[in-house]
Amino acid sequence: MLTIATGNKAVAAAVKELSPDVIAAYPITPQTEIVEQIAEYVTSKELDSRYIPVESEHSAMAACIGASITGARTFTATSSHGLLYMHEMVNWAAGARLPIVMANVNRALGPGWNVWAEHTDAFQERDTGWLQVYVSTVQEAYDTTLMAFRIAEHADVLLPVMVNLDGFLLSHSMQSLDTLKPGDFVPPLHLPHAIDVANPAGYGTLTGPEEHFKFRWEIEQSMRRSRKVIAETEKDFADRFGRSYSVAEEYRFEDADVAVIAMGTLGKEAEVAVDLLRNEGVKAGSLRVRWLRPFPDLDLAGRDIVVIDRDYSFGSGGIIAHSLMARSRIEPYSVIAGLGGQEVTYDDIAGFVRDRRPGSELWFGVSGNV
Amino acid sequence: MYEIRIHSRGGQGGVTAARLLALAAFRDGKYATACPFYGAERRGAPVVSYVRIDDQPIRIYSQIRNPDLVVVLDPSVMEVVDVLHGLKQGGKVLINGTDTEKIHGVAACAVDLTGIALREKLVVAGSPILNTPVLGALAKMGIITVDSAKKAIREMFSDERNVRAAEAAFRELVI
Repeated sequence: MLTIATGNKAVAAAVKELSPDVIAAYPITPQTEIVEQIAEYVTSKELDSRYIPVESEHSAMAACIGASITGARTFTATSSHGLLYMHEMVNWAAGARLPIVMANVNRALGPGWNVWAEHTDAFQERDTGWLQVYVSTVQEAYDTTLMAFRIAEHADVLLPVMVNLDGFLLSHSMQSLDTLKPGDFVPPLHLPHAIDVANPAGYGTLTGPEEHFKFRWEIEQSMRRSRKVIAETEKDFADRFGRSYSVAEEYRFEDADVAVIAMGTLGKEAEVAVDLLRNEGVKAGSLRVRWLRPFPDLDLAGRDIVVIDRDYSFGSGGIIAHSLMARSRIEPYSVIAGLGGQEVTYDDIAGFVRDRRPGSELWFGVSGNV
Repeated sequence: MYEIRIHSRGGQGGVTAARLLALAAFRDGKYATACPFYGAERRGAPVVSYVRIDDQPIRIYSQIRNPDLVVVLDPSVMEVVDVLHGLKQGGKVLINGTDTEKIHGVAACAVDLTGIALREKLVVAGSPILNTPVLGALAKMGIITVDSAKKAIREMFSDERNVRAAEAAFRELVI
């Protein structure tokens, strides 16, 4: 059904279609609309889920973990400080191999107190064993939330998935949304290590170095296998519902001499910059990275690359820029922009391309090239 | 692409006006986005929200710099905000009120949305509701159709007084 919705409501609508058994959440700006809408669905009996309003984000993830280990489908949503407050449990969810799906509305971290878009909140969880995906439109928020459950619950993955959307820019923007009936697109969840009272087992017991090491390696193996599962899921989604997604969305990229790489709404706005540059005779393209974990292998050889990071690792650099330097062996022009919701327009992005200096770093609006 | 910037104060429904307008444009078969700009918001503080309408999918999330139309729901914000900033050459202005004398050098039209809201008793927490009547004025200006304006209002609000207020604004706006 074609309607119009905010990014937050699109996530809630997708969750409704897949009826998680348990949803536990705590409100935080700019995510609150997701859990409010879900609570409304539960109250109006449009959604048959057990909804647990907890007293903190740490408890929200703990409740999801407790439910998930019994084989229940679970969902939660958070943002920024809420995500950091659940950090300990975020690790536990991945380590216990629980296919929890969480929406994270990307927001800067304080101080100073800032409620606007930045990716650093989710990036601080990037080494926890969660898969992470970043969306750029209301429709993509909906479609990707549906796919996240199937990917997380796949027998070859069994790891939690975090769906990220930019605070306010996408969470509160209204665009068209085509909702769908997923049918058997997401099969019922079967958790092989679910608690079974008939077959008692130990969970979270003291684990020595050898076994611990093995568990970590198994997480990495699943992470590697998830690439195939993501590709299959995105292809099946396109076959069934007609909308295509990939690990990184190319725009006029094929013959581009210079390409902009960015995530989320900036990655979408970059397409407008590409059109502007093409009209000027610059063979520009863009690549919007969707999946941060597992990080995609991208063939970027033979062209200049301008990477926009809406994040930073102090003492190191832009996190996407550095990931690309390591995996794709390139020397990009690293632009740090949009932190704390800083306004970045397609004109600004076109400017980054025109004035690019591969090998150096620019803090947009703050510093010269360094 | 047609770009609209709406000026109001926190609590007056400017954000909802943007959403209603986007919904109405969408019901007209257009692509539309409503991107509210959330500042350090509180009741009474000047706020802006943005609507883009186009025949193509809209890929821009940044704020509107050069609007085709500026809507001023609360004329008192003109004392603290330059509402005409960046207005396109030949751009339009719609003001809630009874006079347009504060606007110079630009074609402005005015309609008393507050008066209409009070007449229809559309008042919440002491504030007259402006976001539904303004849709009637926007329909009169040809931004959206009257049918879609009514559809959008009925999709978001069940109280028919909202539709009547929009109809009144449509009748009373002189272009």
